[in-house]
Amino acid sequence: MSVVTLRPKAKPMPQAAKTVIDVKDLSLVFETNDGPVNALSNINLSVDGGEFVSFIGPSGCGKTTLLRVIADLEQPTSGSISVNGMTPSEARQKRAYGYVFQAAALYPWRTIGGNISLPLEVMGVPKAERKDRIARNLELVNLSGFEKKFPWQLSGGMQQRASIARALSFDPHLLLMDEPFGALDEIVRDHLNEELLKLWAKTQKTVVFVTHSIPEAVFLSTKIVVMSPRPGRIHEVIDCNLGSERTLDIRESPEFLEIAHRVREGLRHGHSYDQAHL
Amino acid sequence: MNFVRNSVIPVGTVLIGILALWYVFTVILNAPFERDQAARANTTISTSELIANTMRQERPVLPAPHQVAAEIRKTVFDISPTSKRSLVYHGWVTLSSTLLGFGLGTLLGILLAIAIVHSRTLDKSLMPWIITSQTVPILAIAPMIIVVLNAVNITGLLPKAMISTYLSFFPVAVGMVKGLRSPEIMYLDLMRTYNASKAQVFWKLRWPASMPYLFTSMKIAVAISLVGAIVGELPTGAVAGIGARLLAGSYYGQTVQIWAALIVAALMAAVLVSLIGLIATFVNRRMGARA
Ligand SMILES: Nc1ncnc2c1ncn2[C@@H]1O[C@H](COP(=O)(O)OP(=O)(O)O)[C@@H](O)[C@H]1O
Ligand SMILES: [Mg+2]
Repeated sequence: MSVVTLRPKAKPMPQAAKTVIDVKDLSLVFETNDGPVNALSNINLSVDGGEFVSFIGPSGCGKTTLLRVIADLEQPTSGSISVNGMTPSEARQKRAYGYVFQAAALYPWRTIGGNISLPLEVMGVPKAERKDRIARNLELVNLSGFEKKFPWQLSGGMQQRASIARALSFDPHLLLMDEPFGALDEIVRDHLNEELLKLWAKTQKTVVFVTHSIPEAVFLSTKIVVMSPRPGRIHEVIDCNLGSERTLDIRESPEFLEIAHRVREGLRHGHSYDQAHL
Repeated sequence: MNFVRNSVIPVGTVLIGILALWYVFTVILNAPFERDQAARANTTISTSELIANTMRQERPVLPAPHQVAAEIRKTVFDISPTSKRSLVYHGWVTLSSTLLGFGLGTLLGILLAIAIVHSRTLDKSLMPWIITSQTVPILAIAPMIIVVLNAVNITGLLPKAMISTYLSFFPVAVGMVKGLRSPEIMYLDLMRTYNASKAQVFWKLRWPASMPYLFTSMKIAVAISLVGAIVGELPTGAVAGIGARLLAGSYYGQTVQIWAALIVAALMAAVLVSLIGLIATFVNRRMGARA
C-alpha cells in the first residue's frame, strides 16, 4: 500500500488547515452468517476544512461503510476517528454534517418543501425561519417553484437535487455524499456535477463524496482516495487541484487527463493486488 | 363517467346475478311446502301458481328478495324510529356499540403496536398473547363477558362494545406493527443523521408511513366490530339491536324478519367499510398519493 500524501501547493479555499476528519488505523469487520467481512482495514485519512474529497473504488471496497463510519451510522471495530475534533457520535448529535444517500430518500408523503423542512423541524427551527431556508435552499439547487410538488412529480435528477437541498438546509459545514448521482444518466450527472462544484465554491463546505466514476472524481475533488476491496482499504491518495473555477471543458485538458490516468492506474493496481491475494 | 364504468356496472351486474339466483332458490326451497299444502287439500297446483305462491309465503324457508325489501321498507321507513319494531332503532343500537367498540379496539390496537415496535421485550411477550386471544372462539367468550360485566353492574352499550373491541383490536395491532416497521432503513438512517428523538422518528416517519396499513386494518376491524356487536346482543336475552332481531326472528320462525335484519346489517357493514375507504382516499390525497 502506497499512500501518497502530497500537500497541495496553494489551497483554493481560504478556511483551510483545520482538520475536519481524522481517521487512524481504523478497521471494521461485519460479522455475517457467512463469517466475518473485512469491510475496512487499517484506514488512515485526514480531511481538512474546505476540501472536496472523493472515495473511489470498485463495488464492495468499503466506500459506503467508511462514509457511514464518519456519519456514526456504523461503529468501527478498532482504530480511532474524530469529526470536528469529536467522536462521530458527538458530531452527529451536534448535527455536524448533512448526509446525501445514493437514492434521494425523500419522504413520499411530504412535498419537496416539506422534505427540506424535515431536518429543520427535527432541530426545532421556528416556522418563519424554516420558510426562509426552504426558499433559499431550493434556489441554491435550482428548484424554486417546486416547493409544493410531491417527490413523484419530479425527475430523478430533480429529486436528488432536492435531497441535496435538504442536507444543506440546516447549514452543516460538512457534507457527506454517497454516490448521489450514481443512478442518473450522464447528461444529468454532468450538469449536477457542475452545479455541485459551484455550490461547493460558494458555500466553502467540506465535502466527502463517494463515486465510482473517474471523471466525476477528478472533476470535483481536491483529493481522491483510491480504495481497493477484500479487505477494504485505501490504496492511494491522489491530490487533485484543478482550480476552483472549473467548467466541464477542463475534462479535455492535459492536467485532467493526467490525474484521471493516475486514478485509473491506482484502481488497476489495487485490483491486481486483490487478485494476487486470491 | 368513470365511476359508472368502474363501479356501477360491475357491481350492478353481480347484484342482478345474485338476485336472479336468489329467486331461483326461493322457488326451489319453498316449493315443497306449497306441494304439501296442495296434497293435503287434495288439489293440484299449476306450475305458474306454484311459483307465484313460493314468493308470498308468510314464513318461507327462504323469503323472496321483494318480500325482504318490503319488510325493510316497512320497518325502516314506515314505522317510527322510536318503536321497538323499527329496524332504524335496532340498527342504531347495534351501530352505536359497533362504533364504540371499534373506536376502542382501534385505539387499543394502535397502542399495542406502538409498544411492540418500541420494545423488544414486549414484542416477544405480547405478540403470542395477542395471537392466542383470537384463537378463542368469540361465541364462547361473548356470553362470559356480558355476564361478568353485568354482575359488576356494567350493562347496556359497554359490554357489547367490549366484544367488538376484543375482535377489532387484533387486525389493527397486527397491521400497525407492520406499518410502523415499514419505513426503509435509509429513511431511519436519515432521521439518525438529524439526531432525531424516538418521538420525532415516530411522528415524522413511522406514523405517516403506517397510514395505508392503518386504513386497511381499520376496514377489517369495523366489519368485525359489527359482527361482535351482533354476537354481543344474543346473550342479553334479545332486548334490542340487529342481533336481537335475528334471535327473535328465529324464535318465532320469522324468516322475513331475519333476512331483513341480515340485509340491513350487511348494508351497514358496507357503508362503514366504504366510509373508511373514503377517509383513506382523502388522507392519501393529502399525503401526496398519485391521483
Ligand atoms: N451491514 C452490513 N453487514 C454485513 N456486511 C456488510 C454490511 N454493509 C456492507 N457490508 C459488506 O462490506 C463490504 C463493503 O461494503 P460497502 O461499504 O457498501 O462497499 P461500497 O460502498 O464500496 O460498494 C462489502 O463486502 C459488503 O458486502
Ligand atoms: Mg456503496
